[in-house]
Amino acid sequence: MLGSGLLSGLAVTAKNLVGSFHDPARLTTVEYPEQQAKLPEAYRNFPFLVSENATDPMGTLRCVACQICEKECPPQCIYIEKSKDKKPDATGKLQLYPAIFDIDTSVCMSCQICVEVCPFEAIKMDQVFAIATTDRFDALLLKREQLAKPNAYYHTIHPTEAAEVDARLATERKAAAEKAAAAAAAKAAAPKPPAPPPAA
Amino acid sequence: MMALILIALVTLASAAAAMLLRNLIHSALLLTASWAGLAAFYLWAGAEFVAFAQVLVYVGAISMVVLFAVLLTRPPQPMPVTPPNTLGRALVALITGGAVLGVFIGAIVSSPLPATAAPAPTVSVKQLGLELAGRHAGALLIVGALLTVALLGAVVLAATDREPVGASLDDVRGRPPGTPLQKSGDAP
Amino acid sequence: MNADSILERGPLLVRDWLVSFLPEPARWLAGSLLAITAVIVAFASLFALLTLIERKVLARVQNRPGPNRVGIPLTKIRLFGLGQPLADGIKMLTKEDIVPRSADRVLHFLAPVALLAFAILTFAVIPFGRHLVPVELEAGVLYFFAAGAATELAVFMAGWASRNKYSLLAAMRALAQLISYELPLLLSVVPVVMLAGTLSTTGIVERQGGWTFGLLPQWHVFTPWGAAGFAIFFVAALAESNRSPFDLPEAESELIAGHLTEYSGFKYALFFMAEYFGMCALCGMGVTLFLGGWQAPLSFLAFIPSYIWFGAKLMTLLLAFMWVRATLPRLRIDQLTRLAWKFLVPLALVNLGVAAFWSLSADWTGAVRLTRWLIAAMLLAGPFVLLGRKLTAGLAPRIYRYAT
Repeated sequence: MLGSGLLSGLAVTAKNLVGSFHDPARLTTVEYPEQQAKLPEAYRNFPFLVSENATDPMGTLRCVACQICEKECPPQCIYIEKSKDKKPDATGKLQLYPAIFDIDTSVCMSCQICVEVCPFEAIKMDQVFAIATTDRFDALLLKREQLAKPNAYYHTIHPTEAAEVDARLATERKAAAEKAAAAAAAKAAAPKPPAPPPAA
Repeated sequence: MMALILIALVTLASAAAAMLLRNLIHSALLLTASWAGLAAFYLWAGAEFVAFAQVLVYVGAISMVVLFAVLLTRPPQPMPVTPPNTLGRALVALITGGAVLGVFIGAIVSSPLPATAAPAPTVSVKQLGLELAGRHAGALLIVGALLTVALLGAVVLAATDREPVGASLDDVRGRPPGTPLQKSGDAP
Repeated sequence: MNADSILERGPLLVRDWLVSFLPEPARWLAGSLLAITAVIVAFASLFALLTLIERKVLARVQNRPGPNRVGIPLTKIRLFGLGQPLADGIKMLTKEDIVPRSADRVLHFLAPVALLAFAILTFAVIPFGRHLVPVELEAGVLYFFAAGAATELAVFMAGWASRNKYSLLAAMRALAQLISYELPLLLSVVPVVMLAGTLSTTGIVERQGGWTFGLLPQWHVFTPWGAAGFAIFFVAALAESNRSPFDLPEAESELIAGHLTEYSGFKYALFFMAEYFGMCALCGMGVTLFLGGWQAPLSFLAFIPSYIWFGAKLMTLLLAFMWVRATLPRLRIDQLTRLAWKFLVPLALVNLGVAAFWSLSADWTGAVRLTRWLIAAMLLAGPFVLLGRKLTAGLAPRIYRYAT
């Protein structure tokens, strides 16, 4: 009959109205600044630089200032200056490091291309969203000190992905160490012939 | 007495302004104001029911019809050029105005004005209703029919003002797919 | 309870005491001004509260907590967000008042003022309590609808004066809506006037006193014609006060904000206030005409003062308005006018006939009283079902397919 739809609609809203008072499970929102909903693991926003440990973030950046991300970045929001000297990386090999690594967050569009092109797993996507500032010039240009976050943080925000990355890095480093050991042994055995053909 | 003069001034001033203004919407709104002035006059005279009926019917409903008519009808393009002040126009205006004035003066002169102010008759709403539905039922029906006809007239005016919608729609439907909407003659 | 108890006469005693400080000639004027001030203050604070309650109710229906942050400034005390209306008011006051360059400045200014003035005028004849009627008029009901009819003129002024296409469209819609819904609104009231035999609001309330079998109050809504009339009045009142699902003049999804598009700052606040005042006045009239006004629902509850009963009924009706708003989607303009002309007006006319039958069969007694009820109910239910079938033929039931 005419009007039965109206009545059943009214019943639905009345049920919600009463239910939301005694059934907290119905409430779909949280009281934001005090409570924060857990973000899904796949949520990505803004890149950060991975450092190996938290105590010396600037000394253990994975970034070797190869500048691929700077070239690939579609809105050109990354600015890198290479260092003059070299520092040993996690495997002990001497590498360049970024003397300056800036990301302009007002330009960055969180496209994740920098992450995909990085051969060193040095830049990853963060989960920040509360990035409002009171200064629209300097505060929007993040320096490498602000961008560097330890690998442990990466594990907390994207655990699955971070575990994969760590496993990959471990095998790569193991292979590199074996190669170095083999090369050293070969060097010791026969100093004259050239290096063995590349394994990989 | 002061109140009466004030009401009369407001009513007449807004009626005069409604005639003189070029902006039709302003005229319509001022006309509504002068109707409200009439209602105020009824209220001053102690005719509560008539005053509220006046507001309900004129300010509430007829003003809407007037505004609808103003908004839905467009002046014919181009505007008819009225000839400047000719003798014929002046004559017609004089005759019309004179006739109205004559009727009004006749009505005022022929109605007996008592020397002393007579006490206002106390008429209850119920009596008024019985009178309207009984003795003056015919007049009430005629007024109602008149208003209905006016409303229908407004609809007709507004409807004939436009291009025939159905025909143009058929044109659009009947055209082969891919052809532009404009007429062939307009094609560049 | 006797009509002269201290609680019933409380507001009058306060007024007389305050006025007694003045010399005799000024007392009448001061008394009237006091009554006006009391009505405006009461309904302005009700308006402030309603904006918060409405947002909370809408939020709860959508399973959200609603605004609950603003409490006492500079402290951590929140008071369930009771400070929100104050914060909104300060925000409105401090915002820039913008008038478009090509707008009609006089009408643009006049529209909110006129709207609020007419909305306040309608409060004059509503009996808020046994002794609390601002103005006793013989033709009170007529006065109410006369003052209410003028509000839509102000909406038109706002829409036209803004010189904005959205505003003008809203103005046209407002006019169409008013013309359509004024008719069922008035036709639903006519049976009440007919049966009560008076146009005075106090008279109508007094006619609804007493209880059938000492239990069922003799309110108009508990008769067949009264129930139908109340339903029609409710729907038409929703439309008259531009409330959802009939809020076409300010349909934000299609017309930005309708006639409010070019209004900002305090003028906007005035419009908002006038809308709520109009809603309160229409609900008050609905309470007066159909829900027994200030009469208590049960005889042993009559010790509670009459104005509290009126307030409770008013709040119930306002909450029902919010409930409907939270439930129903907005109508299209053609659906809106079709509902009025093809459904509500015929039903209201049928209801008029039923009311006539009811008044003619008033002297039926005994078991015949039951047949009187049955006949009246059948007379209403028949056209309702037939009209509903005819109007929804080919439309219902609709099947919605959701992505799973």
